[in-house]
Amino acid sequence: MSSIGFIKSYSIIRNNQAILNGEEFLKGAPEDDFATFIRSLYKKLEITHSPFYKMDDMCKLGLMATELILKDSAIKEKYTDTEIGVVLSNSSSSLHTDASYYETVKDKSNYFPSPAVFVYTLPNIVIGEICIRNKIKGENTFFIFEEYNPEFITDYVNNLFSSGKLKSCIAGWVEFCEGKYEAFLYLAEAAQAENLITHTAEQIKKIYNF
Amino acid sequence: MSKKVVITGLGVISSIGNNVQENYNSLTSLRPGIGHIQNLDTVHKNIIPVSEVKLSDKDLGQMAGFDMNRPVTRTTLLGIIAAREAYLAAGLDKVAKLRTGFISATSVGGMGKTEMLYQRYLDPADKGDFMKFLETHDCGESTERIAEALGIKDFMTTISTACSSSANSIMLGARMIKAGMIDRVVAGGVDSLTVFTINGFNTLMILDKEHCRPFDDSRQGLNLGEGAGYIVIESEEAAKAGNRPILAEVGGYANTNDAYHQTASSPDGQGAFLAMKKALEVAGLTAEEIDYINVHGTGTPNNDLSEGTAMTRLFGNQVPKFSSTKSYTGHTLGACGGIEAVYSTLSIMNKTIFPNLNFKAKMKELDLAPETSLLSGVDIKSVLSNSFGFGGNNSALVFKKI
Amino acid sequence: MEDLVNQLKVQIIKALKLEDVKPEDINPTAPLFGDGLGLDSIDALELIVLLEKEYGLRVENAASAKKIFSSIKSMADYIAEHKKA
Repeated sequence: MSSIGFIKSYSIIRNNQAILNGEEFLKGAPEDDFATFIRSLYKKLEITHSPFYKMDDMCKLGLMATELILKDSAIKEKYTDTEIGVVLSNSSSSLHTDASYYETVKDKSNYFPSPAVFVYTLPNIVIGEICIRNKIKGENTFFIFEEYNPEFITDYVNNLFSSGKLKSCIAGWVEFCEGKYEAFLYLAEAAQAENLITHTAEQIKKIYNF
Repeated sequence: MSKKVVITGLGVISSIGNNVQENYNSLTSLRPGIGHIQNLDTVHKNIIPVSEVKLSDKDLGQMAGFDMNRPVTRTTLLGIIAAREAYLAAGLDKVAKLRTGFISATSVGGMGKTEMLYQRYLDPADKGDFMKFLETHDCGESTERIAEALGIKDFMTTISTACSSSANSIMLGARMIKAGMIDRVVAGGVDSLTVFTINGFNTLMILDKEHCRPFDDSRQGLNLGEGAGYIVIESEEAAKAGNRPILAEVGGYANTNDAYHQTASSPDGQGAFLAMKKALEVAGLTAEEIDYINVHGTGTPNNDLSEGTAMTRLFGNQVPKFSSTKSYTGHTLGACGGIEAVYSTLSIMNKTIFPNLNFKAKMKELDLAPETSLLSGVDIKSVLSNSFGFGGNNSALVFKKI
Repeated sequence: MEDLVNQLKVQIIKALKLEDVKPEDINPTAPLFGDGLGLDSIDALELIVLLEKEYGLRVENAASAKKIFSSIKSMADYIAEHKKA
């Protein structure tokens, strides 16, 4: 029997809007493209992490959603590197960047494949970027589902808690495809503290209407 | 929680054979599958060696018993062949009552077909039958087709964490069985060679123009390969109740993040070190109890140095016998953890250590030499199998003799 | 030579997406790798692509790349020397 964790904080980024714990953190202008919006979110979060500019769109999205939920979490003070994990999912893998990479190789007369683009042609690179930025070394994995599957992800993460593998986990959905994007990430912890939401599929569906 | 997870079936297809027996024969006769590109249309054709499955898609379709009028990718066909071999070897076709899952890993999914048809997809004037292949692109599509071919309906999922993907599917399967969520799982992974991958690894300048030489001082990089490897795992009680042969136990597993770089491994091999250490803990073994390591050993200067450093940190000056079977199969990316799980089980069953081909001299930085000749009659009680992926995703599995 | 150095700075900032860096921030003789600009091995590979794309120069092995990319100045020297040939 798995024990159940608790949701400490959650973020949603979609349609030029960033939400933290149900409240609007930033709203972009309707005409802003993703690059403009995510850049203003980066600025608003007041962080300095120059590799941000080099990342592909999915990594920027996942990293900013993570910045939001970790902002006031103090997880690095509470847990060791390997007690924190990352479990993400989406439906189109790294398709958006796969296509950008293909653009650099398709023309034989202008054939300059970009190594800096190629490194982003895997979905779990977003996990790598989150781990590098936050020095997280615990268990991490990336699932591909047709649509967000809160039942599976909550079971999986709760199981990691009850088997003692992790004490804290960043989990959720990071999807970027053809300019359409959506991130829903949350920070779950094994230990209860101040009236938190329980980490169950039902609660997830309440806070994230997808 | 103390429930044992055991292996009851193996299935593999790679450049060195189309089934388990052929793979074993090649491994024991020191026959690698690396050579010139045959099945792909690329400018690198005669320059970059690869480790291809020698059959065309049509031949694979026949072998897989797939209706080739339906849209299908090479990835799916390779997956069906290996997964079905494991499924039948475990006699799963004869038991219907148990809840069966399929957990498959892949890094490129249907990319091979997409890159052939991409220009036509984009051309609005070009309409035709080929459009039906559009749905075969996604990583999850191959999982669904393979599960369908095996008739598995209770649970399926796709993992995509680069080169550690299929080690992670075995880990997930073992956990689900331990948690009582499912009775038995076909777990592993598949990847087919694509121009996309060849170009990408080539720009990273980590492809060797000759046969790869894992752990050798002169190593220049890896050779890309393709294939599929799956194992059937179930609880010991279920296997015994069904009178299925128990080949080995999945004793331990762990996954960590190196948190160092998108693609490069850290100089101290911290992610690899932690993964191996935690896998031993889960297996309840001390470092001295590992008899053999099937290393990740891609043959890139970075991986082998980092992995070797991690091994030295964990085992001190008593590093167990080890070898990289990628010197036979090349690096099969999302499939390698599954293929090497099959090889590790074969090592235990046949008391055999497969050699690390092409090794001549130790790297300057470390006092480490892999096994270079075939060792038989070795009582192997536990094997550690490493799989490390881009994104810093590092996994280690422990297989035990039963 | 100065033109080439300035041109290189602009090209590198664009190719390596160094959004926070201005051309005048880069000292042409300071090491490109290491602490300065925070570049890594992937950036080195991207510089190899830049040399080929913009100057038609191919760098075949990592050892020579290391020398060429030690600073903007050394890159400019390499280009000036090999371009006229």
